[in-house]
Amino acid sequence: MLHRLSFIPGRLLRAVPVVLGVTIVVFLMVHLLPGDPAVAILGDKGTPQRIAALREQLGLNQPLWLQYFSFLGRLLHGDLGNSLVNQRPVSEVLFQAMPVTLALLLFALVMAMLISIPLAGIAATRPNGARDLGVRIFTLLGQGMPQFWVGIMLILLVSVNLRLFPVGGYGLADSDHLYYLFLPALTLAISMSPTIIRSLRASTIASLGSDYVATARSKGSGGSGLFIHHVLRNAAIPTISVIGVNLGYLVGGSIVIERVFAIPGLGSLMLTAIFARDFTTIQSVALFIALFVIVVGILTDVIYTLLDPRVNFSSKERA
Amino acid sequence: MSTPTALLLRAQEKRRSTRTRSLKAWYRNPSLIAGLIVVGALVLMAVLAPVIAPFDPVKQDLQNSLLAPGGAHWLGTDKYGRDVLSRLIWGAQVDLRIGFMAVLIPFVSGSVIGALAGYFGGWFDSIVMQIVDIFFAFPFYVMVIVLVFVLGAGEVSIYLAISAISWVAYAKIVRGEVLVVKKQDYIVAARLGGMSHGRVIARHIGPNVMSQAIIYAMSDIVLDIMAIVTLGYLGLGVAPPTAEWGSMILDGQEFITTQWQQATIPGLVIVVTSLGLSWIGDGLSDLLSPERRK
Amino acid sequence: MTTPVPLLSVNNLSLGVGRSGQQPTVIVEDVSFTVAKGGRFGIVGESGSGKSLTLRAIASLLPAGIDTFSGSVAYEGRDLLSMPPTARRKLMGPEIAMVFQEPMTALNPVVRVGDQIAEGPRRHLGLSRAAAMALAIEMMAKTGIPDPAKRARAFPHELSGGLRQRIMIAMALSCGPKLLLCDEPTTALDVTVQHQVLRLLEQLCDDFGAALIFVTHDLAVVNQTCDNLAVMYAGHIVESGRVKDVFRDPRHPYTRGLLDSAPDFDQPDRALVPIHGFPPNLADRPSGCAFAPRCAHAQSGCLVASPALVSLAPGRSVACVESDSIFAGVPV
Repeated sequence: MLHRLSFIPGRLLRAVPVVLGVTIVVFLMVHLLPGDPAVAILGDKGTPQRIAALREQLGLNQPLWLQYFSFLGRLLHGDLGNSLVNQRPVSEVLFQAMPVTLALLLFALVMAMLISIPLAGIAATRPNGARDLGVRIFTLLGQGMPQFWVGIMLILLVSVNLRLFPVGGYGLADSDHLYYLFLPALTLAISMSPTIIRSLRASTIASLGSDYVATARSKGSGGSGLFIHHVLRNAAIPTISVIGVNLGYLVGGSIVIERVFAIPGLGSLMLTAIFARDFTTIQSVALFIALFVIVVGILTDVIYTLLDPRVNFSSKERA
Repeated sequence: MSTPTALLLRAQEKRRSTRTRSLKAWYRNPSLIAGLIVVGALVLMAVLAPVIAPFDPVKQDLQNSLLAPGGAHWLGTDKYGRDVLSRLIWGAQVDLRIGFMAVLIPFVSGSVIGALAGYFGGWFDSIVMQIVDIFFAFPFYVMVIVLVFVLGAGEVSIYLAISAISWVAYAKIVRGEVLVVKKQDYIVAARLGGMSHGRVIARHIGPNVMSQAIIYAMSDIVLDIMAIVTLGYLGLGVAPPTAEWGSMILDGQEFITTQWQQATIPGLVIVVTSLGLSWIGDGLSDLLSPERRK
Repeated sequence: MTTPVPLLSVNNLSLGVGRSGQQPTVIVEDVSFTVAKGGRFGIVGESGSGKSLTLRAIASLLPAGIDTFSGSVAYEGRDLLSMPPTARRKLMGPEIAMVFQEPMTALNPVVRVGDQIAEGPRRHLGLSRAAAMALAIEMMAKTGIPDPAKRARAFPHELSGGLRQRIMIAMALSCGPKLLLCDEPTTALDVTVQHQVLRLLEQLCDDFGAALIFVTHDLAVVNQTCDNLAVMYAGHIVESGRVKDVFRDPRHPYTRGLLDSAPDFDQPDRALVPIHGFPPNLADRPSGCAFAPRCAHAQSGCLVASPALVSLAPGRSVACVESDSIFAGVPV
């Protein structure tokens, strides 16, 4: 088993240029601002003194490549710079907001699974049957609805009319968080599940028609035991990559959803920073999210390898 | 039998027959028809907005704000007394226009880059794929929001922001298709027959790999419309008071307890739009690559 | 003389695709045969003859969309087709087991082979995890797999085709079934391995006292393995009887054609005679004998009515109206 994970160091090595590229993109963002970045960031609040001070703080007086390397050097020391609004280190704010968003994502992922696995199973047992059609309508609608609108509709139905869940916020005590995150997580799960269902439905149909499922049946296996042990275990494998790719989408969605439900995570942090023109914070959140997506990609490969004994990333380049 | 010309002729023969068969069947494709009807109706509504909208979408009338649906204002009025139905109709102009237009640049640039990378391979391919990987690390919304902020609000910024990130998907799709197609006999034959790279790409590879990109473009339009309404909802989109579906939802959310339809109806219109577009996408994928359907 | 209840008797089985509002397509029609305890029955035919589908109907593994139109499959006198699925599942493994054609796809790619063998014994024999694994390793040793304890921890893709088929056999026999269904178990293997696997199957069926139904397109395999056979063509049994009788004296032109088109190691110099043409499209079955369009002896009468399977002697039947004139003078 362990030797099959020997691909990890190589996989990490391949991520290095991507990570470097991400830092370059994030670094260059500030230089995409039209004209003098300091002027653009400060907008109408830009007095000559403040502009000069900001230029100094951002190191804009140095040549571009030197700016990048000092940016990278500071990153390596965990220094993301100070917020342009309140001068607090961005890393502090970031690490406050991060667990909230991670909890939301994890919750949403679990819920997406709880929605997708049964629905895909139902759809796959009788393709083109009535229940498959019902599931297909769900996936079509799930993909066609804007995420934030799903959130608002859930607030309208579940919070305002049924009064089951709060309309927003994160709660004060630790025990409240799950309760407060339920609707936002459900919103993300609804918009993520169509992709999972499509993939899982197709692979479940393939698995149900496979010879090894016939073999399992010839051993007297049936019902949920057959489904979990033989069908799902195989059908889940291609879906793992789909989920891995879509986690990025989920992170993007969480930014909007945190806004809808007023949850103090990375998304709210980023949007607040946008409206305050707090460029260092925006940069840091974007960088952090991109690194998160890269890590998720690596984790996806690891899980994939653990689930599918046939895959061996160390010997074979992935297509 | 395997002279280049013979291979080429055989392959072209095969391609021609598939094409005529598909064209014959387009009107028997229910999801394509349904999608075309829905999207056609929406486009018509957008184009005819000046004629069919009963009121001026931006004219405020504070005396008649927050009217319930009914009477002269079929869908009521918003907090500034603007007619919701008229804003919905005019909103189609903004959202559909940006949605369709935003696809053009990434479709062309991504396809060309992907085709070149896949066809020539080598260091160019490596660099392109490295860039693709880097861009894939940024979730769509994160990148679009940041870029719209960086480039400043407005329609042009939205085009640029969306183009800057969504070319990546086209490049990846087309590159993958080219890698498959370029190994086919008829491409090898065309090269052996002395055709230039440019002609091979334009005449043989292009038509064969574009179908997947076109199918993807349909879902990309949906993605772009979602991005535009999301930007509108976040207050980063087209500047108010221009009527736009996302900002209408934002305006309506304030009155969710008393006037639920204000946030609900624009969302429903978005759902219908994306349903129509996905039906067209499904229909096109039936037409253009029937062998891929189960 | 009283005939004992056979282990398995298939009676007038018809299978097909019955699309609503359309003429159903019959794929297997009116198939009947019996298998005695410990008997070895071969079903021979080309691909598409319905032989594999017949076998799958016995195991209740018909692919989605294929329905049983009529007939019964009685196992020790009990009809399998009308049995509730849970009761049937209890039979699959300890009573009836199956070996598939393609050992690569028939083994679950993500489960260790030892666990796959142990699954049946755990369910049916109520063994603990450890005891079931011990049995699995013992079964692997019996099928001649070297170093079974180590191989039990392997995944299917880590084993060769021959070893995988041995795993399938170990799995099928792990609960001590009385009837082993084999669907072309050697077709996907190299010729040298084919022979070993066949010998192994024979020997293990003897050891376990299991009856065998062997579906194949390869007459030589049937000759080697079985004592009775049925020849299927286009969903019908066209000839059946004891293997040595049918081989010595085929009574159906199709059987004769099959024998003439297969190499015979006893007469290596004999010229092989192919059967011309193709089996009929089942959705558009011609009236009359399905083989008539390819039959050198076909008369106008052959195109009118589908010939019934008539008994020539005890245990010997043929479905050909011209049989007597074609094979005239040769006593049964």
